[in-house]
Amino acid sequence: MKLFLKTDTQLLIKKILEEKLDVFNVKYNLVNTNEILFLETIDTVTYENITSVLNEYGFQIIENQKNIIVQKIKESIIEMIFNEEAPAVKSSVYLAEKLDHSYGYLSNLFSEVTYTSIENFIIIQKIEYVKKLITHHSLTLTEIAFKLNYSSVAHLSSQFKNTTGITPSAFQRIIKKRSEITNQNIN
Amino acid sequence: MQKDFILITLADDDEDDRMFFTDAFDELKINTVVNTVNDGVALMNFLNDPENVLPNIIFLDLNMPLKSGIECLKEIKADAKFNDIVIAIYSTSSSEEDIENTFVLGANIYIKKPNHFEKLKEVLSEVVTLNWQYITSGLNKDNFLLRM
Repeated sequence: MKLFLKTDTQLLIKKILEEKLDVFNVKYNLVNTNEILFLETIDTVTYENITSVLNEYGFQIIENQKNIIVQKIKESIIEMIFNEEAPAVKSSVYLAEKLDHSYGYLSNLFSEVTYTSIENFIIIQKIEYVKKLITHHSLTLTEIAFKLNYSSVAHLSSQFKNTTGITPSAFQRIIKKRSEITNQNIN
Repeated sequence: MQKDFILITLADDDEDDRMFFTDAFDELKINTVVNTVNDGVALMNFLNDPENVLPNIIFLDLNMPLKSGIECLKEIKADAKFNDIVIAIYSTSSSEEDIENTFVLGANIYIKKPNHFEKLKEVLSEVVTLNWQYITSGLNKDNFLLRM
């Protein structure tokens, strides 16, 4: 006996994708058979698991080239800020050399993908680092300003206030009160 | 790897305000999906319904009937399943005490409601853009405090 098959590939792809994705317990929409829209943020581990499961069935994830460059820019900025050994060069020079593209190109691409400028992103990251130093290491503002190459404590404070709307000392006070509440609830 | 839109829930009892906010969100460069609820009880029902995808950010009016913004804030903060949601409180009050109190209770953003639509758009654009950086760059949400 012989069976003759006719295949509805669209349905086939859809069924496989659903079957494989449902296992991960993440909310998604199948936009079409080329596009999956995740309705929540996927952590790196899940992302890699999904990629490898889909690869088994011949699906390849097309990474967006622009996103890859933007990711590299972000990583370089974070490294530049968090690594105190990093050479003290202008960030534009540092990024251009590290990524081997002109700064103008990187800067336009970054704004297009992230909706913010590289300069602004650097400030956000720096302030994040300041917050971390305030909360985790209880350094004084003077020590932090020195550590992060700010010209003065006043400059650091005003940048903090401009970015967050609150002063570093108010920030410190709020975080402290919050942790007191959490500790009370535990006890 | 990252999704390219922000899910927003807006809780406000004033219809005009809801319209201003949703209009302002529509004009942002970042894609937003907005759903609105009319009071605090409706907000908590929405969040507690497992059928709904949780928003990335909630805009919460402080003065609402049935359940106030502060009560919602406390309930949201007491439930671990809402840990990833950023809370933006807005109010007409600019009392330092009110503001610090909402931050201490776990709000991430405090917006003093602007009087002009153009200003509101500016403020929301800044809030959503900064929130976007928190989502896409793995910043520590516990340290996310912003006063506008």
